[in-house]
Amino acid sequence: MSEHKVFMIFQNTADAQPFISAFEQENPKATLDYQPGMVRIEGLGELGITQEVVSELAGREVNLQELHLTLISLSGNIDEDDDYFRITRH
Amino acid sequence: MAKKLNMRKRYELLTRGLGWEPTYQPKDKVFAQEAYEGIKITDWSKWEDPFRLTADAYWKYQAEKDKKLYAVMDSFAQNNAHLNLADASYVNALKLFIQGVSPLEYAAHRNFARLARQLSGEGAQIACQMQSIDELRHAQTQIHTISHYNKHFHGMHDPFHMFDRVWYLSVPKSYFDDASSAGPFEFITSVSFSFEYLLTNLLFVPFMSGAAYNGDMATVTFGFSAQSDESRHMTLGLEIIKFLLEQHEDNLPIVQGWIDKHFWRAYRLLGLVAMMQDYFLPESPMSWKEGWQIYFVENAGALFNDLGRYGLQMPKYHEIATAEADHISHQVFGIFYNYIHAAAFNLGLPSEAKMNWLSEKYPDTFDKYYRPRMEMWAQMEKEGKRFFNMGLPQLCQVCQIPMGFTEVAKDDPMQIAYRVSEYQGEKFHTCSDGCKTIFDHEPEKYVNAWLPVHQIFQGNCGGAAVPDVLNWYHFHPEDGGDYAGSADEARWKAMKGETAAEAPKTSQADAA
Amino acid sequence: MSLNIAAKEIKPLRLNYAHIARRIGENKPATRYQEAVYDVQPTTNFHYPPSWDPSRKLYDTARTAIVMQDWYSFTDPRQFYYTSYVAARAKQQEIMESNFELVEKRDLLQSLPADLADQIRQVLIPLRHYEYGANMNNQDICHRGYGTTITSLASFNGFDRIGMAQYLSRIALLLDGNEETSLNAAKEAWLNNPAWQGLRHAMEDSFVLDDWFEILVVQDVVMDGLLYPLIYERFISQATAQGGSTFLMLTQFMNEWGEENTRWTNQLLKVTASESAANAELLTHWIQTWLARVEQAVLPIAQLAFGAKGAEQLAAVKTELLARLAKQSLKV
Repeated sequence: MSEHKVFMIFQNTADAQPFISAFEQENPKATLDYQPGMVRIEGLGELGITQEVVSELAGREVNLQELHLTLISLSGNIDEDDDYFRITRH
Repeated sequence: MAKKLNMRKRYELLTRGLGWEPTYQPKDKVFAQEAYEGIKITDWSKWEDPFRLTADAYWKYQAEKDKKLYAVMDSFAQNNAHLNLADASYVNALKLFIQGVSPLEYAAHRNFARLARQLSGEGAQIACQMQSIDELRHAQTQIHTISHYNKHFHGMHDPFHMFDRVWYLSVPKSYFDDASSAGPFEFITSVSFSFEYLLTNLLFVPFMSGAAYNGDMATVTFGFSAQSDESRHMTLGLEIIKFLLEQHEDNLPIVQGWIDKHFWRAYRLLGLVAMMQDYFLPESPMSWKEGWQIYFVENAGALFNDLGRYGLQMPKYHEIATAEADHISHQVFGIFYNYIHAAAFNLGLPSEAKMNWLSEKYPDTFDKYYRPRMEMWAQMEKEGKRFFNMGLPQLCQVCQIPMGFTEVAKDDPMQIAYRVSEYQGEKFHTCSDGCKTIFDHEPEKYVNAWLPVHQIFQGNCGGAAVPDVLNWYHFHPEDGGDYAGSADEARWKAMKGETAAEAPKTSQADAA
Repeated sequence: MSLNIAAKEIKPLRLNYAHIARRIGENKPATRYQEAVYDVQPTTNFHYPPSWDPSRKLYDTARTAIVMQDWYSFTDPRQFYYTSYVAARAKQQEIMESNFELVEKRDLLQSLPADLADQIRQVLIPLRHYEYGANMNNQDICHRGYGTTITSLASFNGFDRIGMAQYLSRIALLLDGNEETSLNAAKEAWLNNPAWQGLRHAMEDSFVLDDWFEILVVQDVVMDGLLYPLIYERFISQATAQGGSTFLMLTQFMNEWGEENTRWTNQLLKVTASESAANAELLTHWIQTWLARVEQAVLPIAQLAFGAKGAEQLAAVKTELLARLAKQSLKV
């Protein structure tokens, strides 16, 4: 089971909030673990967000690459394009 | 109307095809390092970019990150926020860091530049170049972050001079020199995969969460900021392994051998971090053993499960490393307890509270093997006979740590592990099966090691007596010895408004 | 030892790292640049010989015939350490981004005279490969060079060149409505068009030089010293006069970069040449040899750019280059 775990860890800051919330919204089975200064978002097999949802949450057009600003760590294989970002491990 | 380009295609057009096959010079002269390790690359175009950051996007995001980081650094310095540390003894973690880790960041910067020049695939080349400049970022931001601490505490004043000379710093130095002197594919397997992917959390988490738990917000901020670079590095590490294994089946045994070797070398190096994690932090978020369980046993387990389809196996001797998780931090502490008069940081016997924490975290080993030792040493200290080891230790020829590790895997944890190899009529000593295997595979390489103890005996380290050597290291008397009674402790107490300690009874001045 | 320190006394123990203080003293605080570069690179007691260069050490002054008492005598006049570097570039990229956006949004290339567009394709776009090769050389300098000041500078230099290669690629895409036509044609030209072969040949020969300082001279002094003023000052000016002011906007980064290049190469040459007669002689010899060759190589490119006036323009930039070298005590 744990072989398929994927995770993203973000700084727990205002800038990261649209990304964190998007992960929460678009991955209902994901778990969020808050630790000092950071949030660990964990899923099984896959975690993904869309540019549309992140932008909606941010209130402006967001470039998904902005996640580099607040990303701390991740585990999984990255698959990305202009309109989505996902990590997978199958 | 212009055709729409997606991110993947756009990045491809901006990077692939920039390079070309040379015709005026032979390709194997232009890319002279690609073939000699026996790695077979048949088609660089199969490289999958692990991340797609154009140079201008890189500048933009990194500048934004650094703006925030330096704002915190400046504010920390201006507000003398080091006064908010849980205790000044925490700073010894930073001393170990600037002396032993920051120089490795710099070494990585120079060596990823090597890969950026020597790999003939643009995708991999650019990813390595980005890592090279990231590592420079880490080295320089660490220098800047710790600059403030250097102003207020001891032991951090001459880290690069020390790195080239000091006995315990030859452990990280030889570790990275090993990868730096190897070919490009061994280097990237060692650093990007074995270290940056497999083991990075075992370096990062102790230092950074240690910082968070002990009020060091400057380091925490640095840590978070650096980690976003690390996620790029990790994806590069994973991609290179997959790429090499997919390119040719002949690469598998070579890559497996490198993973085995560099896992073990990195693991031994991390012994210093284990000691820091369990013994240096006034507030300890997690024990080495706990960290090993999460970040190696579970994480690496999942990873190698994933990679199993290529034929890759868990690194050799990993079970020994796991067995040693119950012992290693205590043993390394023991080594440094012996020699703290010859170090540029302080330590002290764990308090009663700390020992109870250690008992709890190490239920099978601490009370049985290590508490009695601590209690004996405490008694000796009380009697004014604090034990300092005045001899010089035998170092392992490979990892260069004093030979203090024991036969844990043979259920004999009180027996020092000795291994010996012969090469050209001479004997060479190693601390474990792991290090011996490494030596035996390339003895002609490891006999070159600049072993600090040998060098001292040969008179190459400033003189015949310990004070001469410490002088040559640029150590000051305030830099080493027990924390209790140290200059840092006295200064901390004064800064906090307590009275200064009386003249220290356990300084290295007495020892020497 | 008694310490009569008042409560909350927070005077620092020292101002600087010891290795910094050895250079600048203990009385004034080091700049961030100084802290970031002085004496960071290891110098001695290495553990294993490099398998890729077994006769020399991991970091070795013997990798160049240039001899310096102190490799930190040269410091970057821009004082670039990582953060100040990315901060500077981020500002520049913001302007470039808005320039590209404007051109794209307003379709400013549409009104371009067709032959000007073609000339841009022929002269400018193949330079994306030149930039890639120049990056390779600078990564080599970063790895095999000596001292943090020069090698970190080379690292930034190489990264800049990837940035510029990408800007040039984007110009091609703008010209072609995101088709790959010009990109492919430029690659073809770089590989096979006679006009580019002299330069590519010289560049490939520079790839296999053993002496990293010679590589620096060939790449960052001679080749860049001719090409940048030729293309990003003179050719772009000409294009602007012919209705191509858009390209002034789209190459603004390169133009500024050329000026930076002049600044630090001047400083490096001055410091290195004034160190010893032997250094000056060696630098002069390298420059003489390579300048003769590169000048010849660049002539057909100058002709692509300026037609019959090509030789004249090239002679002019060469004269300027020689003049600024002379100011650094290098009589070539």
